Amino acid sequence: MAQVVNTPTRRQYAPASVRDPLHGNSDKLLNCFKQLPAELNPLWLKVLRASALHKFISQGFPTVKDEEWRFTNVAPILELALHTPEQPARKLTEADLKQFSFGDLDTRRIVFVDGHFAPELSNAAGNGVDVMSMRNALNSPWVERHLARHASFEHNAFAALNTALFHDGVFVSVPAHRVLERPIHILHVVTEPQSGAIFQPRNLIVAGDGASAKVIEHYVSLGNGAAEPYLTNAVTELVLGEEALIEHIKFQVESEKAFHVATLQAHQAKGSVWTSHSISTGARLARNTIQTVLGDKGCNCIMNGLYLGRGDQLVDHHTVMDHAKPHCESHEYYHGILSDRSRGVFNGKIFVRKDAQKTNAKQTNRNLLLSDDAVIDTKPQLEIFADDVKCTHGATIGQLDAKSLFYLQARGIPKAMARRMLIYAFASEVIERISLPQIREELDKVLLERFAK
Amino acid sequence: MLEIRNLCAGVDGKEILKNLNLTVKPGEVHAVMGPNGSGKSTLASVLAGKPEFEVTSGTVTYNGHDLLELAPEERAQQGIFLAFQYPVEIPGVNSTYFLKAALNECRKAKGQPELDAVEFLAVVKQKIKLLDLDPSLLNRPVNEGFSGGEKKRNEIFQMAVLEPKLAILDETDSGLDIDALKIVAGGVTKLRRPDNSAIVITHYQRLLNYIVPDYVHVLADGQIIKSGGKELAFELEERGYDWVLEGAGVK
Ligand SMILES: Nc1ncnc2c1ncn2[C@@H]1O[C@H](COP(=O)(O)OP(=O)(O)O)[C@@H](O)[C@H]1O
Ligand SMILES: [Mg+2]
Repeated sequence: MAQVVNTPTRRQYAPASVRDPLHGNSDKLLNCFKQLPAELNPLWLKVLRASALHKFISQGFPTVKDEEWRFTNVAPILELALHTPEQPARKLTEADLKQFSFGDLDTRRIVFVDGHFAPELSNAAGNGVDVMSMRNALNSPWVERHLARHASFEHNAFAALNTALFHDGVFVSVPAHRVLERPIHILHVVTEPQSGAIFQPRNLIVAGDGASAKVIEHYVSLGNGAAEPYLTNAVTELVLGEEALIEHIKFQVESEKAFHVATLQAHQAKGSVWTSHSISTGARLARNTIQTVLGDKGCNCIMNGLYLGRGDQLVDHHTVMDHAKPHCESHEYYHGILSDRSRGVFNGKIFVRKDAQKTNAKQTNRNLLLSDDAVIDTKPQLEIFADDVKCTHGATIGQLDAKSLFYLQARGIPKAMARRMLIYAFASEVIERISLPQIREELDKVLLERFAK
Repeated sequence: MLEIRNLCAGVDGKEILKNLNLTVKPGEVHAVMGPNGSGKSTLASVLAGKPEFEVTSGTVTYNGHDLLELAPEERAQQGIFLAFQYPVEIPGVNSTYFLKAALNECRKAKGQPELDAVEFLAVVKQKIKLLDLDPSLLNRPVNEGFSGGEKKRNEIFQMAVLEPKLAILDETDSGLDIDALKIVAGGVTKLRRPDNSAIVITHYQRLLNYIVPDYVHVLADGQIIKSGGKELAFELEERGYDWVLEGAGVK
């Protein structure tokens, strides 16, 4: 097992009270670990969990002294009495879920209510494609081979916590050369959580060689029911075989009382194409870590993102394009729209390893600040160790263009409507990259509702 | 229709228009000419309500109401149209969607029913012919990737759709070749109605061969220093501005 070593420059020790992962409750954490039922703890996993737990207990949650968390203070999470609910706070029916569907989009849906698999609401399996509860998949050789092998918890406390203690999530396996027509809709609903409830979905998606699928990872709260603060701490691993084609849409619309932390780690084999869309509009604090390893020749990755902040929301994206091999291409487009006192963080890392000649990597991050108090911290980070590469990056921060606004008004369009048109135009560049029209329409609705004033 | 009295206006504390007076009656076409930097676009901007321009004194009355009280969109809804000297490109805003919204806002303000997509397209079809504009441009974002000439024609096309009472054309002719100029001028002429007026800002006399003005004014240093009939335009073309400027003591 890897020894726990802290590099002092990167991860400083915080005061004991902060370092203690469950705020004086590390015994409780150990207990949670000990009490994991045997079915959730096959030997191979137990070893990983123990190592992750060790890592987490020794480090605790990150603090703002940690370079990766400079602008995102998770201290408020520590003030909660964190606990894993033993059962859903409410039972849901098909009718409750209607609001979380996407128009007439026909999906394979797998539903979790307050972290618990709801088979009666799910219709995902069938046709030789596995879409199943992770709990029921822990004996699969695929799961043993891939789970926690990609999303490293060495420098990711939240991934460590998830690895140590997760109960369930989704396992998807698309056989080689299968083209899935219906998108897979992974729906995590939080109903009426108690303060401090923690939900830790753990997902693994394995696409065989030449397989093709669309996956929607959808995080929602029921109505305005989630009035208490809670934490979602999700980890998803995505393994793309050769020439596999995956479109992944992460749509986070949790209650604005919620904390949402998610790690999405992909690994791409030769010639695979991964498109990641991250749409983040919910949660009081949302931190998305989205990373891929372009692990062989001819890989292509698009990371496309839209984040909206209002009130006191904080929305943070940390992305990594890791060009490990030559002749790969990556494009990253993130747009943020921040109003009120909200805060955005974008940190886009591009690694080009020594081997990765002929890399072509582009990154843009554009931000629209709709109020004087909104803040964005944006930072590209390029680490290039090959010489024959093309890498570009650019970030912009601005307000709505006054000339455009006047042009629209000068044609009779009221100012509020003109603003909305320009905001929508800014967001639409990102939305248009999503291939499913029903999802684009849903996003149109979200924007309309948000900027209707 | 429009009465400008002793108008002083500027931007960033700089005075640009200095006691400007101009009266436009229904059905009249007024040409405003003058050297670069004399304040022609400023006048257009002030009339359209561009926010950064500040009126320091004077009045502008439009159809009996205080124009300066109105927001830019209200002025447009009341029938004022500015064809911009430099139309902006607006990425992400579809031309058709934009123009339909604009027309319906103007119609609503007049108490007319909004047009649905089919009715709107019928209007577009009819008006686009006037300007010989490629209909596929309307599937693009507003002015995005339009050539200079296409942008100018698009302005007049929008004017044709919105049917303003008072059109202000700010150097719509500059940058147009003679064929495009004829098309634009032809469009404007066909849209002329006895009760509609226009202020045509131009640098050159050539546009006025096609849009024949009732009055020609010379604007210099923020003031109208000379006014006359259409023959003044010819004289300016022949002799330049200097004699007028000298005559007015501006130079
Ligand atoms: N937004 C602005 N800020 C500062 N000065 C301006 C601005 N717009 C115009 N001006 C100045 O006002 C004067 C008149 O400009 P303008 O009205 O554009 O003239 P014209 O259209 O006759 O060429 C010029 O000196 C110009 O530099
Ligand atoms: Mg001008």
